[in-house]
Amino acid sequence: MEALDLARWQFGITTVYHFILVPLTIGLAPLVAIMQTKWLRSGEEKWMKLAEFFGKILIINFALGVATGIVQEFQFGMNWSEYSRFVGDIFGAPLAFEALMAFFLESTFLGLWVFGKGRMSAKLNTLCIWMVAIGVNISAYFILCANSFMQHPVGAVYNEETGRAELDGVGGFLEVLTNNTAIAATSHTITAAFLVAGTLVAGIGTWWMVRSTKKNIAGQPEMWRSAARFGFVTILISAAGVGLTGHFQGQLMYEQQPMKMASAEAQCHNEEGAPLSILAIGDFTNDCENVTRIIDVPWVTSFMATNHFTGPESEVAGVEDVQAFYQEKYADQFGEDYDYRPNLVVTYYSFRAMIGPIIFPVILALAGLWFTRKEKIWDSSGWAKYALFAIPMPFIASSFGWIFTEMGRQPWVVAPNPTGVEDVLLLTDYGVSQTTSPAMVLTTLIGFTVLYAILGVVWFLLVRRYTLEGIDLTTEKAPAPDDENQPLSFVY
Amino acid sequence: MDFLPYLWFIVIAVLWIGYLTLEGFDFGVGMLYTTVSKNPKERRVALNTIGPHWDGNEVWLLTAGGATFAAFPEWYATMFSGMYLALFLILVLLIVRICAIEWRGKINDINWRKRWDLAHTVCAWLVSFLWGVAFANLVQGMKIEVLEITNPATQTYEIVSPEAFEAATNTAAYTHHLTGGFFSLLTPFTLLGGLVTLSLFLTHGAVFMALKTAGDFQVRVEKLAARLSIGSLLITAVWAIWAQLAYASGFWSWIPLAIAAVCLVLTALWAQKGDELKAFIANFIAIAAAVAFIFTAMFPNVMKSSIDPAYSLTIEQASATGPTQIIMSVASLILVPIIIGYSIWSYKVFSKRIHVDNIPDDPSGLSRGTKKPLANEVSVQ
Ligand code: HDD
Ligand code: HEM
Ligand code: HEM
Repeated sequence: MEALDLARWQFGITTVYHFILVPLTIGLAPLVAIMQTKWLRSGEEKWMKLAEFFGKILIINFALGVATGIVQEFQFGMNWSEYSRFVGDIFGAPLAFEALMAFFLESTFLGLWVFGKGRMSAKLNTLCIWMVAIGVNISAYFILCANSFMQHPVGAVYNEETGRAELDGVGGFLEVLTNNTAIAATSHTITAAFLVAGTLVAGIGTWWMVRSTKKNIAGQPEMWRSAARFGFVTILISAAGVGLTGHFQGQLMYEQQPMKMASAEAQCHNEEGAPLSILAIGDFTNDCENVTRIIDVPWVTSFMATNHFTGPESEVAGVEDVQAFYQEKYADQFGEDYDYRPNLVVTYYSFRAMIGPIIFPVILALAGLWFTRKEKIWDSSGWAKYALFAIPMPFIASSFGWIFTEMGRQPWVVAPNPTGVEDVLLLTDYGVSQTTSPAMVLTTLIGFTVLYAILGVVWFLLVRRYTLEGIDLTTEKAPAPDDENQPLSFVY
Repeated sequence: MDFLPYLWFIVIAVLWIGYLTLEGFDFGVGMLYTTVSKNPKERRVALNTIGPHWDGNEVWLLTAGGATFAAFPEWYATMFSGMYLALFLILVLLIVRICAIEWRGKINDINWRKRWDLAHTVCAWLVSFLWGVAFANLVQGMKIEVLEITNPATQTYEIVSPEAFEAATNTAAYTHHLTGGFFSLLTPFTLLGGLVTLSLFLTHGAVFMALKTAGDFQVRVEKLAARLSIGSLLITAVWAIWAQLAYASGFWSWIPLAIAAVCLVLTALWAQKGDELKAFIANFIAIAAAVAFIFTAMFPNVMKSSIDPAYSLTIEQASATGPTQIIMSVASLILVPIIIGYSIWSYKVFSKRIHVDNIPDDPSGLSRGTKKPLANEVSVQ
């Protein structure tokens, strides 16, 4: 394999891994903050206990999120140095902003929240967890501005003398920050993160509600019921949000990267009143003519993309037509038969693997709200198992969301856009570091993969152990705030 | 706006100063806490001195990385692709260390803790050493060349002669690359540089623990700090003189060098006296001055070539364009004071010294093996 392929695998593996942890942090931090606020407002012990319990899971997760994030920060330079030279002026800035505005905030206030429980008033402590929640969401926004520049380059100009992209004046940066792609991606990613965290809270809440009922532990079923219902409501709101923001994104993508959406639908040619494909099979090996579409829903794709079911305005692009268009347009630059089609199998199935799993948490939430209505306690073992089964589903969905977004953008690393800056573009082939040998990239690829696998196992076992341990309601209350002589509330 | 690249060169130096002065004591504590403590509780005392702070300290590194990417894309690209395997090692060590700190206390089991303690200590020693090697390379110069990329897709390139590069006006296809690979980074000078950061961080960590703890433990680390400070003074002195005479480009680097020297002497003196606050401040300034020395010695290059001076990547060549640097300047001017503000507040909140008696008897993590039944669990037959 060439260094390029290895570098792509490495980037894919390390980011997907980072993004398993990221949505949980982004969603869970605000949920824990809400729980602690509920306790502060109502004084109900159960909310404090729940905030502590989910807070521990948050901390375990946060550690690995931070650890894997550090790799992200540097691997653009390591494996994608030509890319970094090309876009550094524009792309580096949101990264630096992310550190200044978000990383300092979240890490400092997480320390204050965790260790400060006996050292400051409960109010101030609650403010600290809110700062963490705000920090992680700011961080999502900035990194997505950077990513969206690659999907839809705006606010930049190409300098022929240096061969690099530059900011189009100070105002160019404002365009990068208000990129419509970035706003769509941020709202979609954050709602997805709430779905991930909401499902975790609902899943664990339901499972423990059933378990503690069976075991007859005093006070617990009511507490877990509150947690579960909190999760159910979060699921329903965020699932609706994910669909809505996803639809909005889809429309943008039809405008900005028609190739991506065409390959998501395995649609070969420009079409009016295009149907939505539910299932297609066949040989996808980069020729969509060999794909047989089995189940189609008429007109829906056209409607999603254009708001028109039929007629000339409902025309959406097909893979082969976009391919022909690019081959002609970039014939001088990249030769006449460069292949501009992304990997069709991956784009087609990852799009479905993102949308499909949403059904599992939604079923859980609807059933849960019904069975726990009017102070009822749910004690069905079957549903308890189902609740656990639902937990990983949104994780899978969001991983595939990224795989779709990023693989659908290929072969571009900075994708040229009908609505973006025309001459700021870069093929992924051209972004890779020039002097790193395949052996070096293979070394780090294996190194990171093995390390991540080991740490991933530990992470999973820890989260599992803490989940199984549950909450002990009998321990004495938390130390009174403002007592200087109290030992640290949380000690390593 | 010609001064902006130079301003940003200084800002990058400041960010590294922030990182090495702060994370320096985290590393120091990491290297020492298993050997200096006599029982498990003392280990926890040591670890909790850095507990609330290490993550915030590490963000200085991320900011330095992000700011270099934005303000000096060529530097970011050349340095991190060139120091490829070295950076990989550093990243692995940092990752394991983070997990060791956070997860160590999560399970209450002797072996679990021992393993994470070992991992933490090993990582702290190695990474402290590697940072020094990396910075010494910046002072010494590396195997940097200018390449003309003829076909990016197939990674084919030609080496451009120094004369041709100097004469070129259109540099679109020319880029700087570190072509020497991992082992070219290891020379006697850079290895000694590694010992410099290692010894400075050891002293820093010991003094920091002396400042943050009380009782028996405090007396012990205080004594240790007194001994370590002499070691770091000697090693740093040898390396700095070597660097100044052999590699530094001019007079100006004598100034930070002198400041570092004075502060290191003061650290040693105050450490002998047991005045840990003053010793800590002196060592803090010494590390800051040492970083300032490295950056002044590099000036006006960011990546010095040991092959031919014409191949050196200069501040101006590496620099991003004006708008990026203007935006970043305004943002830093507003944000950095705020960050420093809440960081100081966080150190204030946790300013109390920690004593072994503060550590609760029951361990913080879950017990291993069979789960103990919940106290109010009623078993149903
Ligand atoms: C949508 C959100 C999102 C995305 C797409 C990414 N990250 Fe991330 N990152 C976060 C959201 C986040 C976070 C929620 O802020 C994390 C996750 C867990 C955590 O502790 O903070 C984080 C941690 C984190 C850290 C450690 C921060 C610290 O010490 O506090 C770094 C350096 C990065 N990330 C860098 C990156 C880079 C360079 C990415 C691009 C490839 C990236 N992340 C993708
Ligand atoms: C965290 C969520 C993300 C995930 C899960 C993700 C996933 C992926 C995947 C799977 C690839 C591999 C595509 C391939 O091999 O062809 C890729 C490529 C890439 N992504 Fe992302 N990505 C994420 C976020 C980002 C962000 C935020 C950026 C920029 C800031 C980014 C920059 C890149 C670059 C430069 C590549 C090119 C390398 C390549 O093509 O393999 N990604 N990403
Ligand atoms: C319900 C219908 C959904 C639709 C119509 C939808 C639509 C889309 C589209 C069109 C993209 C590509 C955007 C781009 O290329 O920039 C995308 C990306 C993504 N999706 Fe979805 N999505 C849906 C559900 C979900 C769910 C349930 C999740 C996870 C819980 C999810 C997570 C993601 C993520 C993480 C990305 C990549 C980040 C981004 O570009 O925003 N999506 N989605």
